[in-house]
Amino acid sequence: MHFNDVIQFAFHAMQGYRSRTYLMLLAMAIGVASVILLTSLGEGARLYVTQQFSSLGTNLLIVLPGRSETTGGMPPIMGETPRDLTLQDVAALQHLHHVKQLAPIVVGAAPVSYQQLEREVMIMGSTASLFSVRQLKLSRGQFLPELEITRASPVCVLGYTLYKELFGNVSPLGKWVRVSEYRCRVIGVMEEEGMSLGMDMGEVLIMPAASAQTLFNVNSVFRILVEAQSQEVMDRLKQDVIETISARHDGEDDITVLSQDALLSTFNRILTALTYALGGIAAISLLVAGIMIMNVMLVAAAQRTTEIGLIKAIGAPRKQIIILFLTESACLSLVGAMLGLIFGLAGNWLLQRYFPDFPFQAPDWALWAAVGVALSTGILFGLLPARHAADLDPVQALSGR
Amino acid sequence: MIKLDHIYRTFEVGDELVHGLDDVCLDIKDGEYISIMGPSGSGKSTLLNTIGLLDRVNQGRYFLDNNDVTELSETEQARVRREKIGFVFQTFHLIPRLTAAENVALPLTLAGVDHDERNHRVEQALKSLSLTDRAHHRPDQLSGGQRQRVAIARAVVTRPVVLLADEPTGNLDHASGMDVINILEQLNQQGITLLLVTHDIELGERAHRIVHMMDGKVQP
Ligand SMILES: Nc1ncnc2c1ncn2[C@@H]1O[C@H](COP(=O)(O)OP(=O)(O)OP(=O)(O)O)[C@@H](O)[C@H]1O
Ligand SMILES: [Mg+2]
Repeated sequence: MHFNDVIQFAFHAMQGYRSRTYLMLLAMAIGVASVILLTSLGEGARLYVTQQFSSLGTNLLIVLPGRSETTGGMPPIMGETPRDLTLQDVAALQHLHHVKQLAPIVVGAAPVSYQQLEREVMIMGSTASLFSVRQLKLSRGQFLPELEITRASPVCVLGYTLYKELFGNVSPLGKWVRVSEYRCRVIGVMEEEGMSLGMDMGEVLIMPAASAQTLFNVNSVFRILVEAQSQEVMDRLKQDVIETISARHDGEDDITVLSQDALLSTFNRILTALTYALGGIAAISLLVAGIMIMNVMLVAAAQRTTEIGLIKAIGAPRKQIIILFLTESACLSLVGAMLGLIFGLAGNWLLQRYFPDFPFQAPDWALWAAVGVALSTGILFGLLPARHAADLDPVQALSGR
Repeated sequence: MIKLDHIYRTFEVGDELVHGLDDVCLDIKDGEYISIMGPSGSGKSTLLNTIGLLDRVNQGRYFLDNNDVTELSETEQARVRREKIGFVFQTFHLIPRLTAAENVALPLTLAGVDHDERNHRVEQALKSLSLTDRAHHRPDQLSGGQRQRVAIARAVVTRPVVLLADEPTGNLDHASGMDVINILEQLNQQGITLLLVTHDIELGERAHRIVHMMDGKVQP
C-alpha cells in the first residue's frame, strides 16, 4: 500500500467520525499549547532575571564588608563586626591591574526638599564612574563630575520621579535642593527607568560619595562595584581585591566579593529547572490526551469491526491493519500537535503584546519536545487499539456476532 | 481448481462441540457455477469462509490451484485472498464514509496498485456494472441493488479466480435480486468460478451443480 494512500485512508476515517476527531484534536492541542505557554512563562522569568542582572553592567564584582562563608549568599548578620570599607580602600582598588572602572556606593535615606515640597528619599553616594558601571541614562543635564574619590562636592543628580515630584515641569538644572541640613545644586536628571533589582532608580538622589558620607556622618562604604576589563580576568581580579583589602585591614580577610556571574548562573539554574518543571507538568496533559486517543481508538476498533473484517477479507494482513490504525492515531496527534503549536504561539504572541515588559518566549526545545511527545504518545497509545483491531477474527467481525 | 479433502471445522459452544463442517470433501473445477443449499445452520457459510481462507480448519487439507493452502501463514493467506478470491456478502459491507469508486478501489489500494492503474480498473469495473454515474455517491445514497453491484465490482476488480457469494440476494427485492444473479452469472460465463449460497431453490437450480448441506456434511 502506498504511503499517501495510507495517509488518505486515515484522513477519511478522521472525517468519517468528526466529533471524536475534534475532541481528540482539542485534547492534543490543549496539551501542546499548555507546554508551550508554561515553558514560555518559565523561560520568560529566566530572561527577565538575566536582563535585570545585565542592566547592572557586565563583568561586575560586588565588594561588601563582612565575610561570608557561602558564595553567593548575604554577609552574616551576626558574628564579629567586620571592619568597614572606606573610600581609601576604594582608592586603593582603583589602581589594581585589570580594573576597568569602579564605583563606591554609600546609601542612606534623608529628606529632600525644594521650596515647600519635601520628600523622604534614598540617597546614593557614588562617583562619576557609576554612570557607566550601572549603565545609567540621563534625560537632561550631566552626571556627577570626575573628582577624586575622596572629594566632596555640593552637586546632585535626581531620579526622574523625584524630579517630577519636586519640580513638576520646571527645569531643575542649576536649582538648589535641600538635603537634610545641606544644600546641593541639581546638575542632571536621570531617564525614566523601571525597577532595577528591587531598587527604584526613579526615586533616588545621587551625590558624590564623600558628600553622602558627610551627610550621614559615616566613614564607611556600603558596596563597591568593580568592573573587570574582561570576563577572563574576573577570578584573578577577585583574588587581587581580597588581597589588597586584606593587606589594608591588618591581614584580616573581612570582605565578601560576589561576582555577578555567579549570582546570575545560580538564578539561571533555578529558573531553568522551573521551566523544565512547568514543561513536565504540562506534559501530563499530553499524557492524558494520549490516553484519550487510546480510548477513542479502542471504541473505533469496536465501532468499525465489520470494516476491519472486510479489509481482512479483501486481502489485508494483520500488519497492514496495525499500520492503518497507527497511522490514524499518529495523524490525529500530529494534527492536534500542529493546532496546539498554533494556539500556543498565538497565546504567546498575545502575552507578549499585553505584557511587553516581560519577555515571554517559548524555548525551542519546548516546541520540539511538545510535538515529539504528542506524536509518540499518539503512536504509543495507538498501539494497543491497533493490535486489538488486527487480532479481530474476520468471520466473527463480518457476521456481526 | 478447489479441492477439499476431509475437512473438519468444529466450534466449542460451552461444553458442547458444534460441527460446522464434518468430513467435507469437495472438488470444484475452474469456471464452475455451484450453488450451496441447505437449512439454516447446516454449515454453508462456514464452508464458504473456509474456501475463502477467512477461517482455519481443524482437520483436513484444502488445495487451491494445486497448492496446499491449509497451513499457510496469516500473511500468505491474506495474499491468496487478495489475489485469487472475491467475496460478496448478504449485507454488502461497504465502507459508509467512502464513495462507490473508493469502495471499489479499496482492494487495489490495499494491494498497493498504482494510482493510474487503479483508476483505470475501477472505471472499468464500474462501467461493466453500469455504475459509472454512481461513482461518487456514498453507500447511503444508493439503493440496495446498487450497493450490491458496488460490492460485486469491489470483489472482481482484483480479477479473482473464485467468487464467493453468501446469500447476495438476501437483502434485496426480487427484481434487483435477479439483476445481481444475472451479473454474477455473466461473470461466471467470463470464466470466474462462482460459489453461491442461497435459500432460494429457483435460484439454486440455475447453477451447474448444487451442493446440498446438512449438519455440516455435504449430502451425496
Ligand atoms: N463462531 C461460531 N461459534 C459457534 N458456533 C458457530 C460459529 N460459527 C458457526 N457456528 C455454528 O456452526 C454451524 C454452521 O453455521 P453456518 O453459519 O455455517 O450456518 P449457515 O448454513 O450459514 O446458516 P444460515 O443459513 O443461517 O446462514 C451452526 O450450527 C452455527 O451455530
Ligand atoms: Mg450463513
